[in-house]
Parts: sequence; structure tokens; C-alpha cells
Amino acid sequence: MPYADLDLAAGRKNGTVWVTLPNRNFDPEKGHKLYNRYLDELEYGEELGFDAVGVNEHHQTAYGLMPSPIVTASALARKTKRVKIAILGSALPLRSHPLMVAEEHAMIDVISGGRLISGFVRGIGAEYHTFGVNPTFSHDRFHEAHDLIVRAWTEPGPFAFHGHHYNVQYVNLWPRPYQRPHPPIWIPSQGSKETIDWASHPERRYTYLQTFSPVKVVQRYLKSYRDTCAGYGYQCDDRQLGWAVPVYVGDTDESARAEAKQHFEAFRNVFVKMPLEMLLPPGYTSRESLKNVMKAKAQMFGDVTIDQALELGLFVCGSAETVTKAFEGYWREMRFGNLLVMCQFGTLPANLTRANMERFARGVMPRLKTLN
Amino acid sequence: MPFTDHSVSVHGCKTHYRRGGKGAPLVFLHGASGAPVVLPFMEKLATRFDVLVPDHPGYGQSDEPEWLENIHDVAYFYLDFLQKLDLKGAVVVGSSMGGWMAMEMAVRNTARIGSLVLVSPAGIRADGAEPADIFLLPQEAMVRRLFHDQKYAEARLAIPETPESIDLALKNRHTTARLAWEPRLHDPHLTKWLHRIDVPVSIVWGAQDRILPVGIAHELKRLLPKAELNILERCGHLPQVEKMEEFCELVVRFACR
Repeated sequence: MPYADLDLAAGRKNGTVWVTLPNRNFDPEKGHKLYNRYLDELEYGEELGFDAVGVNEHHQTAYGLMPSPIVTASALARKTKRVKIAILGSALPLRSHPLMVAEEHAMIDVISGGRLISGFVRGIGAEYHTFGVNPTFSHDRFHEAHDLIVRAWTEPGPFAFHGHHYNVQYVNLWPRPYQRPHPPIWIPSQGSKETIDWASHPERRYTYLQTFSPVKVVQRYLKSYRDTCAGYGYQCDDRQLGWAVPVYVGDTDESARAEAKQHFEAFRNVFVKMPLEMLLPPGYTSRESLKNVMKAKAQMFGDVTIDQALELGLFVCGSAETVTKAFEGYWREMRFGNLLVMCQFGTLPANLTRANMERFARGVMPRLKTLN
Repeated sequence: MPFTDHSVSVHGCKTHYRRGGKGAPLVFLHGASGAPVVLPFMEKLATRFDVLVPDHPGYGQSDEPEWLENIHDVAYFYLDFLQKLDLKGAVVVGSSMGGWMAMEMAVRNTARIGSLVLVSPAGIRADGAEPADIFLLPQEAMVRRLFHDQKYAEARLAIPETPESIDLALKNRHTTARLAWEPRLHDPHLTKWLHRIDVPVSIVWGAQDRILPVGIAHELKRLLPKAELNILERCGHLPQVEKMEEFCELVVRFACR
């Protein structure tokens, strides 16, 4: 949900649209139109037959206008009737009280009659700068907040919770979630061994969603998830694997590329971009991972053209036939049970977003659904 | 005056320190970037003092203990360290993060502390004197900001990186974040108890400090009215490097009076 009206030159000049881009660049009147446009598009997803629509959480950035995915998911819970609503996800360590997340997700689950998919994330590195939360406690806080939320959803209250970061004398959730034992939990990630080990653990078996990565990286992490399940002594269900990727379907390969080019490049080279120090504050990742990123710095932090992105599989774009074939091929290699297509990215305007959604829903989705 | 390497276990933390010189004990508490080498000011002080330069828990060649969660843990650790080495009347000289640690120690217990030299310490905040964002500055800009005279920055930037130096820098940075990310570079409770510091205090600050602006020095002087305040002109965040002679004379004059 980007601030698509952004003055891209201002974003480029600032070096990033995260943390430090002055908020005078946000115009509330344009914002009003954008929010309603995006919500209309998400609701249109139900009409087009998507299984689920997704919202996420990002703070103090033109990249995404959803500091609270709770607000957008709540609006969708009332306006839609059938489609699942995926919060991908709530940034647990950034919350001072995880019980608020447990309550809000439970409310949406009850209001929507059990249509919520709960995603939990740590928030990206930049958000530790904006929120001031100490990144060296990020993993600890995430795990403890998760434990508190799942216990609040599943154990009869009231009970006391004594953690290192959170202490609550009376955990006694009103409302309890609609789904039993609780809404499905998805873990969106850019990929880390720690996250995979944790999410795939037999006690959890959470759906692991690899987000916006080159396809080789997606393959590596989904395989690693499967291998980790095997190491735990069980076979990974395809439904435990997901891939989130920007997609653009045009009438032809040529028109698709021409229509998507400037909007995708704005997404990749303006909205996503941030310096290393902002992306990976100390403790957010292991120091080994940080060193690997430092080595790959030129590749990760330089500009990428649409053609390079297509080659890397960072983006899937073309006619319905081309896109279908691409996903069929990827599916045979990875057998992901969930595909999250980002039909709007960067500055992609409303008319192209709707056309993209329609072509995907009519020309691609039916064949992909038969794969499972 | 040669320094030798030592190791001592304090509260389960294997702690590396360098020691050199003769005289009254002087403990130098380093800043966020650690104390990986013996610097000229240490050599110079070692002609008058028994100088100890420990690597803090989580820094340099010292362990990263699980119990290390905040600056108070470091304060108790160093009180134990003074006891373990049976240091008495120690001159505690702390730079930046180390100055903050020195204050946190001294509000708790000065039984083994003779005096404090606070060299552009973190630990308190002052209106209108926002610290630089040391976690967001790119590395080169950070080094440049440490110094007023850029020849010192050039010299530091000219030191080639090695895999070991990168590992050490990441380790030090991690611990600095753990201790000082939030609240940023200060402890809001410290000012309530600064009056407990009952040993002589000298505050040293570079007038052109671009990490912790000199406005903080005046606030600290207000909070510690008996302390002496030394503001060095044409000097950045590390007076002990940039104004080495002046700094050492000042420490000797103050601590040996």
C-alpha cells in the first residue's frame, strides 16, 4: 500500500523513503483517495475469486501506508463476505503489549466469522530505528510475544503469564478467536535459518511465506524449510509453504513489460531502497548473516531494471500464458501451496492495477488452482 | 612502558585487559568502538599510573555474557572487577560509553574509586544537544564525525580492514546497541542519583564534539556542581586522541593533586 503519489525525485534525493523522508511529502487529501482506492482493490479481490487478500504493517515510510494492518483488515472484515483476510503480519516486538495483538486479531476473526489468517513478523530493521525498540532483543521479544498470544488464544483464562519482557497477572481474552484452536499463523520472512527452524518446528508447523526475493533465494529457503521438517521427522505439507511476489499480467508480453516498467522500477529502486545501516541494525540478524549481506552489498543496494528483475525472478510479468507457464514451472520445482501475488506495486495506478488483477484472476489463477 | 595482556573471570565473564605502568591504579573505560590497540595516551599515562584497559563485557576480546542486558549490569560488573583485582583509590577514566559506565558505577559505590575523569561521556541528555545517530551513520561518516581535525579521521580510515577487525567491530556495535539503543545513549534514572558521587570529578569535552555535543557538558556540570569542567578547543569526541598531551597533563594534574 505505497504512497503512490510520492514525489519520486524527493525519495531518490533522500536516499530512502524510510525513517528520514520528511512527512511534509505526504498529502492527506491524496492519502484519502489512495486509502479508499486500495481498499476498493482489496475488496475487488473477493469479487474476482481470490482465496485471500493480504495486508501488512510498515511504519513511518512512503513504502506502505499501513502502520496498522488492524485498521485495514477491520474495514475488509465488514465489507467482504467470503474471502480470507491475511494480516502479513503484525510486528510483534514493536508492540509494547502483545495482548493487544491477541485481542485485535481475535476481534477480526470473530467479526469476519473465522476468515482471519494471522501473520507474525518482527518488523523490518528500519522500524527499529523509527520505533526505538532495541533490535538486540528483537528475537527474544518476538518469541515471548508469540507465546503469550497463542496461550491467550488457546488456554482458559484467567491465568498469569511471567516472561522476561512481558508480565501479565490476568490473561483472560475477551473475545476468544472464532477459529479453533486459533487462526492459522503465517510467518512472512526474507529468509533466515532461525526463522525456518522455529516456524517449521513440529509444535508449530506454521506457513512460511518467503517475501520479495530472487527466485533462487525463494527456492533455497523453501527447500531448507522442507529439509528442516524432514529433520524434525515429518513431511512438510505444501500448504506450509508460500511465496509472495509482485506480478503483472498484460495482454501480451510486450505490453505487460511496457506498462509495468516504470512502476516496478519505482517500487524496487525508490520505495524498497534503504542503506545497510537502516536495513540491518545490530542484533536484528546474526552477525554471520549481516556479513553475508555486506559482501552482497553492491547487488542488493544498487538499482535493478525490470529486465534484470525478470531474469532474477524478483518479478513475474507477461501475458496470461507466459505468467501461467512461469508459475507452473516454479511450482513444479518448489510446490508452494500458497502464492501471494502483489498486484499493486510502487506507483502502479488504479486502472492498471485492476486490469492486472482481472487478467490474473481470469487468465492465470484457474490453472494454478488445479496444481494443488 | 610496555603493556601486557591479562584475563580475569568476573561473574562468569572472561574479561580481557591490558595493564602497564606503575603508580596509583587508573582504569580506562573505552567507548563504543572498543580499545583494540594500545594508544599513545595510554603509554603516556602509564609513566605515572598503573594503567588498566579492560575490554567491557561484550566488547573486544572479552566474553559476551548472557546476563549483559543493560548499563546497570555493566556498572555492577565493574564494581566486581575492582574488587577482584583489589584495586583501591582507582582513578576511573571513561570515554563516551565508558564515561557513562563510570558514572553508573560511582552512583552505586565509590569505595574503591578515588576520582572520576569523564571524557565526553554518554549517560545523560540535554535539551538542544541531540547526539549523532551512531547506528544510522555510514561507517566513514561516523569516523569523520569523531574528530575535529580530519587528519585523525584520515589516519583511522587508512587502517585496512581485516576479517578479524570486521568481526570485532560488529561485536562491539552489537553490545553498544544492547546497552544504548533505547533510551538512546542515556539512562533517564541516572540524574536522580548523581548527587551520590562523593569523589572528585573532572569533565573533559571537545568544543567541536559532533557525536555528543558540548551542550551536554554544561548540563552535566549543572548536575555535578562540584566537578571541574574542561572544554578543549579545536577538539572532537576523543580528546585523548586529538589533544593527547593536553589530556594527559590534565589527568595527571587532576588525579595527583
